[in-house]
Amino acid sequence: MYLIKEIKEIAPKIKKMVIDAPLLAKKHKAGQFVMVINTEKGERIPLTIADKNPEKGEITLIFQEVGKSTIEMGLRKAGEHLFDIVGPLGKPTHIENYGTVVCIGGGVGTAPLYPIAKKMKEEGNYIITILGARNKDLFILEKEMEDISDEFYQTTDDGTKGRHGLVTDELQNLIDSGKKIDLVLAIGPAIMMKFVSLLTKKYNLPTMVSLNSIMVDGTGMCGACRVSVGGVTKFVCVDGPEFDGHQVDFDELMKRQAMYKDLEEKALKKLLEELKEKEPCGGHHAR
Amino acid sequence: MPDKKWIPQPKKPRTPIPEQKPEERRRNFKEVALGYTPELAIEEAYRCLQCKTPTCIDGCPVGIDIPGFIRDIGEGRFEDAYYTLKKYNSLPAVCGRVCPQEDQCEEVCILGKKFKPVAIGRLERFAADWFMESGKTEDFKLEPPTGKKVAIIGSGPSGLTCAGELAKKGHKVVIFEALHKPGGVLVYGIPEFRLPKKIVEIEVENLRKMGVEIKTSAIIGKLFTIDELLEEEGFDAVFIGTGAGLPYFMGIKGENLNGVYSANEFLTRVNLMKAYMFPEADTPVKIGKKVAVIGGGNTAMDAIRTALRLGAEEAYIVYRRSEAELPAREEEIHHAKEEGVIFQLLTNPVEILGDENGWVRALKCVKMKLGEPDDSGRRRPIPIEGSEFEFPVDTVILAIGQGPNPLIQETQPDIEVKKWGIIKIDESGKTSKKGVFAGGDIVTGGATVILAMGQGKKAAQTIDKYLQSGEW
Repeated sequence: MYLIKEIKEIAPKIKKMVIDAPLLAKKHKAGQFVMVINTEKGERIPLTIADKNPEKGEITLIFQEVGKSTIEMGLRKAGEHLFDIVGPLGKPTHIENYGTVVCIGGGVGTAPLYPIAKKMKEEGNYIITILGARNKDLFILEKEMEDISDEFYQTTDDGTKGRHGLVTDELQNLIDSGKKIDLVLAIGPAIMMKFVSLLTKKYNLPTMVSLNSIMVDGTGMCGACRVSVGGVTKFVCVDGPEFDGHQVDFDELMKRQAMYKDLEEKALKKLLEELKEKEPCGGHHAR
Repeated sequence: MPDKKWIPQPKKPRTPIPEQKPEERRRNFKEVALGYTPELAIEEAYRCLQCKTPTCIDGCPVGIDIPGFIRDIGEGRFEDAYYTLKKYNSLPAVCGRVCPQEDQCEEVCILGKKFKPVAIGRLERFAADWFMESGKTEDFKLEPPTGKKVAIIGSGPSGLTCAGELAKKGHKVVIFEALHKPGGVLVYGIPEFRLPKKIVEIEVENLRKMGVEIKTSAIIGKLFTIDELLEEEGFDAVFIGTGAGLPYFMGIKGENLNGVYSANEFLTRVNLMKAYMFPEADTPVKIGKKVAVIGGGNTAMDAIRTALRLGAEEAYIVYRRSEAELPAREEEIHHAKEEGVIFQLLTNPVEILGDENGWVRALKCVKMKLGEPDDSGRRRPIPIEGSEFEFPVDTVILAIGQGPNPLIQETQPDIEVKKWGIIKIDESGKTSKKGVFAGGDIVTGGATVILAMGQGKKAAQTIDKYLQSGEW
């Protein structure tokens, strides 16, 4: 059982949770993830540690409420306990001084990006950050990312903040400006990582992506997270989560991510109905 | 001591075990075999000849005094029978159910030469179940504390056995389990209808009563390395029993299509994560109308029978050799057939075909014939040219074997490994690293529960000697 010390909505449907987990805070390395189980009948949800404080023995998780499990987790209160957390899992990011690193974060993907970007900065890299979101309200960790960046850009689909367009437009702009780029690090929705990788491939820019496939155990035991990388099947949980973006079969990844869509919708619908019934002024219990 | 003359009844037919009817059980997860009643157990026990030089004991990887516990049962001393078993085997309720007795003790039972062998496994199960249901408190017969501390990595059959043996010797034992529930393959792999999870829970609880500490969700190699356990966490010895949890794939086209599972994933979703309760439990599983399991071992039988219970309309085992070569236990094959599983033998998938949305729609198979025996002694399957055909299915489950999870070997390169990451040990259970021992599937590459237990027990004896003498 893990004590929830703090829970806060940091953007619409995106929650930040601070958890008492001294051992995980001590052992975690940038790029690694944990599996979180909310309740006894809960599923094992892979989440990246967005931040940690080893002195206080805390880790910070950031998650988007997309389905039953994450919505239920978002309803938890400070002082309550999560059923279980296991980690740290996956291979840590290889951190070194590459020179100039472009860090691209899409939506909630900024959460796993932040600890890696922070380490890259500490290692002496010149950090150019591009954050993308659908609109201005959906950015997370803007200030934190800006603080560790030498250059900082934002894009929105609707033009409410930064460039009106996609992260790839900003990246294209950077490339066109003749800037020397040594590494591109992209974390976000699979479709974003796919298009970043397609673009950087044209210019032969080394590109690292962090994949968020469906997992069950997260320890290499089941193969649910398998993905084709350079034509070879890899397990995201133990071989990744980071891979060479130019080698990843993103179309296969996206299809596999949608494998349980119908069942996920069924579970979500049931949860929403239950929540509605619980509301004092709605549902069947309306006065 | 036996108090009356034992008059064996070898000519009596082997006592059948009551079972759930196939048409009922194929749609429920309750245990298939219901177990002997005391009357049936005594009847079966009296078939035992009580040989002066019993051969059955040699057939048992943990050397149980088989005639001893059978005599206890025959004379109605069921509690004695339980303690006789426990002297040799820490998990009799498990072994009585999942041991391949037909290849071990029962295979060498003298009675088997003329008649059917004594149903040793069923009797073992009876004695263990009887004790569990009696509500009696177990006397663990623990030796005084030694002050030594041992880390056990993995809570499957080898780890649980090793832990139990060491706790008896008075050592402090801590088990580190990667998953959130202890039991290893007994919990994530073997289904409820073959091994009720309640039994594993009772066995684990017994270890706790013996003073064994169990840390779940603790992955060695990530949270701590073995070096850290020995140097910083105060352990005097480490036993690696991490099993064979890495699923193998065939390497054919289409394996990453939606609807294709490894048996490990499929069984873990259902057994450990309780996907059969979805949406009450959060983890889903997909079952199509037509399910094909590729492979012919016990895991394959577990997977296909689980699929049936989850509502599959047609259930197939696709295996490249013939019935005689099926590696699964005869009993499992028999049960699967009774439940309506169809065996597509001498058939090898060469590709998994998908639809436009990335879902499985068929298996492309080739017919096989048997050639000369290969290294394993089994006749080698040879594809028949021009025999390719399409076999429409919705779900494909690969049960072609598992290998060792490489996590520990990667983080501890000073532990010598063989091919496929199998950890090398000597005959006493020692690895190449001082203070580190190993046993179970991590050293065999994928065998049986009882073999893993046998190795866990042997390693415990070696660890005990090492802790007492300090000599490597």
